[in-house]
Amino acid sequence: MSTNNGNGADAPNRFIGKSVKRVEDKRFTTGHGRYTDDIVLPHQTYAAFVRSQYAHAKIVSVNITTAKAMPGVVAIYTGAHVAEVNGVPCGWQVNFKNGTPMKEPKHPLLVTDKARHVGDAIAIVIARSKEEAEDAAQAVEVKYEELPCEIDAFKAAQPGAPLVHDDVPNNICYDWALGNPIDEVNAAMNSASHVTTLEFVNQRLIPNAIEPRCYNASYDRIHDHYTLYTSSQNPHVIRLLMCAFVLGIPEHKVRVVSPDVGGGFGSKIFHYTEEALLTWCSKHIGRPVKWTAERSESFLTDAHGRDHITKAEMGFDNDGKIVALRVKTYANLGAYLSTFGSCVPSYLHGTLMQGLYTTPKINIDVTAVFTHTTAVDAYRGAGRPEATYVLERLMDLAAHEMKVDPVELRFKNFIPPFDGVTQPGYQTQVALQYDSGNYHGVLEKGLQMLGYDDFRKAQKEAAHNGKLLGVGFSTYIEACGIAPSSVVGSLGARAGLFEFGQVRVQPTGKVTVFTGSHSHGQGHETTFAQVVADKLGISMDDVHIVHGDTGKIGFGMGTYGSRSLAVGGTAIVKSIEKIIEKGKKIAAHLLEASADDIDFANGNFTVKGTDKSIPFANIALTAYVPHKYPDDLEPGLDFSSFYDPANFTYPFGCHIAVVEVDKETGKVTLKRFIAVDDVGNIINPMIVEGQIHGGVAQGIGQALFEGAEYDNNGQLTNASYMDYCMPRADDFPMYETATQITPCPHNPLGVKGAGEAGAIGSTPAVVNAVLDALWSGGHEVKDIRMPLTSERVWRAMQN
Amino acid sequence: MIPVAFDYQKAKTVDEAIAALSNGNSKILAGGHSLLPAMKLRMSQPSKLVDISSISALKGIKEEDGEIVIGAATTHADIASEKLIKNKLSIFAEGASMIGDVQVRNHGTIGGSLAHADPAGDWPALVLAVDATIEAQGKNGKRRIKATEFFTGLFSTALQENEIIIAIRVPIPPEGTKATYQKFSQPASRFAIVGCAVVRFPDGKTNIAFTGISDNAFRADNAEAALSAVIFLSDHYASAEYRKHLAKVYLKKALQAVV
Ligand SMILES: Cc1cc2nc3c(=O)[nH]c(=O)nc-3n(C[C@H](O)[C@H](O)[C@H](O)COP(=O)(O)OP(=O)(O)OC[C@H]3O[C@@H](n4cnc5c(N)ncnc54)[C@H](O)[C@@H]3O)c2cc1C
Repeated sequence: MSTNNGNGADAPNRFIGKSVKRVEDKRFTTGHGRYTDDIVLPHQTYAAFVRSQYAHAKIVSVNITTAKAMPGVVAIYTGAHVAEVNGVPCGWQVNFKNGTPMKEPKHPLLVTDKARHVGDAIAIVIARSKEEAEDAAQAVEVKYEELPCEIDAFKAAQPGAPLVHDDVPNNICYDWALGNPIDEVNAAMNSASHVTTLEFVNQRLIPNAIEPRCYNASYDRIHDHYTLYTSSQNPHVIRLLMCAFVLGIPEHKVRVVSPDVGGGFGSKIFHYTEEALLTWCSKHIGRPVKWTAERSESFLTDAHGRDHITKAEMGFDNDGKIVALRVKTYANLGAYLSTFGSCVPSYLHGTLMQGLYTTPKINIDVTAVFTHTTAVDAYRGAGRPEATYVLERLMDLAAHEMKVDPVELRFKNFIPPFDGVTQPGYQTQVALQYDSGNYHGVLEKGLQMLGYDDFRKAQKEAAHNGKLLGVGFSTYIEACGIAPSSVVGSLGARAGLFEFGQVRVQPTGKVTVFTGSHSHGQGHETTFAQVVADKLGISMDDVHIVHGDTGKIGFGMGTYGSRSLAVGGTAIVKSIEKIIEKGKKIAAHLLEASADDIDFANGNFTVKGTDKSIPFANIALTAYVPHKYPDDLEPGLDFSSFYDPANFTYPFGCHIAVVEVDKETGKVTLKRFIAVDDVGNIINPMIVEGQIHGGVAQGIGQALFEGAEYDNNGQLTNASYMDYCMPRADDFPMYETATQITPCPHNPLGVKGAGEAGAIGSTPAVVNAVLDALWSGGHEVKDIRMPLTSERVWRAMQN
Repeated sequence: MIPVAFDYQKAKTVDEAIAALSNGNSKILAGGHSLLPAMKLRMSQPSKLVDISSISALKGIKEEDGEIVIGAATTHADIASEKLIKNKLSIFAEGASMIGDVQVRNHGTIGGSLAHADPAGDWPALVLAVDATIEAQGKNGKRRIKATEFFTGLFSTALQENEIIIAIRVPIPPEGTKATYQKFSQPASRFAIVGCAVVRFPDGKTNIAFTGISDNAFRADNAEAALSAVIFLSDHYASAEYRKHLAKVYLKKALQAVV
């Protein structure tokens, strides 16, 4: 692969496109990662929380007298102590269909009036040790008056349901629609010769990052300055939200550091109440205070994902062309609005309803509802897996109902290939313009890998022998690289979504890069260094990537939505361009030529058409020792850039699952999983493959294993790894992966993003495959609720 | 996830352990894979743990007077890989290798599993099927309890207070005996949703034992009658109806494996 090296010359890439081993893995695999919990400050104290045992209960009284007298206790605060402090904000305003703003009830740091979900924080206990804090927390006496609760989004939105917030009628945060006017969609639907209807639940998932959330806050009285260490995906955003919206402390008096972070999957984007509360406490007690979530607390208090109840209809004409799509979703927000809780089921979900198809009329209608459950927010894919699930389930089901091949049905409806350069982008019915795509290509490649014709023969034979084999398809698209600030601003985002990248060339020619992206497993220290090393013609060892510290990095919007390389990487490239441009001026002066006549390639500044040349490191030294130097040029070689993308990026792909279903028990065995993904240009194929693998594991996890189970009392009944089934390596076959490359036309690296693709594409492929297996045995089943446990599949076969 | 404070004593002999148990609210610690999770959730709050995991007399597997004798503190992994077990009591190797995952097998012990009597534990069905006896020692000396008399209900056994299981004794099955353990695992923990152990002796006598489906493991040699009397457990991975169905499927699998 050859990419433009930023200077117009096509210098060979030494690192870009190669599976360079991850430089960060040495410290991770040898136990030398430094996570927030590893940080112990002088006079450190530890916090434990008193949390509600009930999903909905009036807090009658909180008695801290006994607890306060326990050994080691430093302080205890209850809701009354922080009643004057603001709650944590929501970062995205969605409006009701009638234009009024969504309901935004306060999300307090500690509750005073009532608890709204199991795990809602009632008091914080701070002690000299974690053990003492926990013991004292057990001794806090809370008197509750239990109230009726509702955990189901549809039921909660019905008149008479128990209210989560007394000032939110029917628990409805907002209702919202996108696409063509409903009358037009209804008319198109009525004209269809076949309508496929599907009602289903996209179940609630728990993110389960391996590192639990952890915060360590301290306050320096002398300098009136706070430091918060946090296991966050975006420290600058946390600082902004906490300072400006919650605590009202000046941002320049706060440093937020996210050191090594052990996975996030979205759940560490959000500004959590504990972050602000610990920061507040650190000043009140005058000592640093740390809290590390217990695993059972993670289950109850990390924002969850998905949880949609959906009815979807897809209309087809005689020829099998889609004529209309109508979707109604009830989205569960949990008890409070989390930072991006409002935009996930609306703008990150509704906007993907075009899928890869030319559907001319689309309407998606969402009612977002508060319930007595943990808050729901972005989880790997965030809205896009839910959209993909709607479309791809409908496609395989429609094909079955119309007795056509699901592959042919897709080919018939695909948007034709377009490169976004010579051909324009594709304008969808749901607000987006796709950048570039070749959707036929990924499906064709997937079918080749599968050996589709042979599979169908094998399936027939198996059915004949009493075995149930099935294949399921999913051809997905997603929008990532979030996003053009003006666009998201017009849609209600309360933040810009640019990225910052600074490239500091040291006098010796070594390079320090400060990025606003944050790596919590993605391997930025490797990928970004590959880009920088190639662009500057230096060794990767000469590049150091710094991230996750507001004290070092000018600004940052962080990592989520598969945005790091497309947005954060581009900000770095912009700075490199400035470095090279300035370097040319310095070189021109030294070589007595005009800057326009200087080429930069392979780490050398050369006068065009001559062998007069100066290496990069010499230019760097000259910039800092400017003895012989252009008059009109500042010394130094250090540039920052803010990059605001022109559009989202649109990775896409084709996932195919092959399963066998045990007739007697309903147990599903995944026999093969094929993933063909087009994520644009690829800097490090190994890292991309790793991201796809992880995402696919989570997507299959949703299909077959995972799911939060609330009982009618609002208790999370599987809040431990003994009960919540995380998939394990031996649950999977060896994945068969491949890539196709359709470069992104609007960023200089041509990259799209790979972080979420696996989780977005895979889920419906697996469910479709199980249904296909049942169909092959004559079981006419429309849907099985995820996760497809053995019992659910067995029951589906009994009817 | 932080237990209540407790004292810890590492016992070197069984006598020392029994003496240590007699004062206060003490508990034996073996592999800790059932006890520690319960303590971390503060569901169990012993004031003292008496660690028996390094008492050498409680570890290891030997043949003695026509019996295989397994020390109570022997780990699942050691049982699964022991030659003597593979050769003469292969159903134990088969069953032990299906417990949990590698970490669980490396820590968990057969004695701990039997004493804990988890309704979904594998060892209870295995010891029932092979006519094992459980050897226990207390202040008043040693005694042997038949497996069929050991499991008395949900998490409860015939052990008396402060009695320690010291060994599991299994008569070596005669040549020609066929045995199998068939298990349908709970996908998260991999405990048994249904575990069915079947031992078929050369004379045709067939021992059948179930675990996972009711409050405690039980013998079901007359399977049809036994299953019709069971009150089946129910949880979000398997309803009572589904467990009942699986019990029949797994019984069939097991019987097919021994004929
Ligand atoms: C993730 C996970 C998965 C698991 N999966 C399975 C599975 O698939 N199948 C299965 O069968 N089990 C499973 N287990 C349980 C595991 O096998 C435990 O190790 C076992 O149940 C208890 O043994 P232990 O040695 O860890 O006992 P401990 O936890 O140390 O003790 C358990 C109880 O027994 C008492 N005790 C221990 N030893 C003795 C003794 N010698 N005499 C008297 N009392 C004693 C203790 O005081 C305590 O009350 C799993 C456990 C975990 C954590």
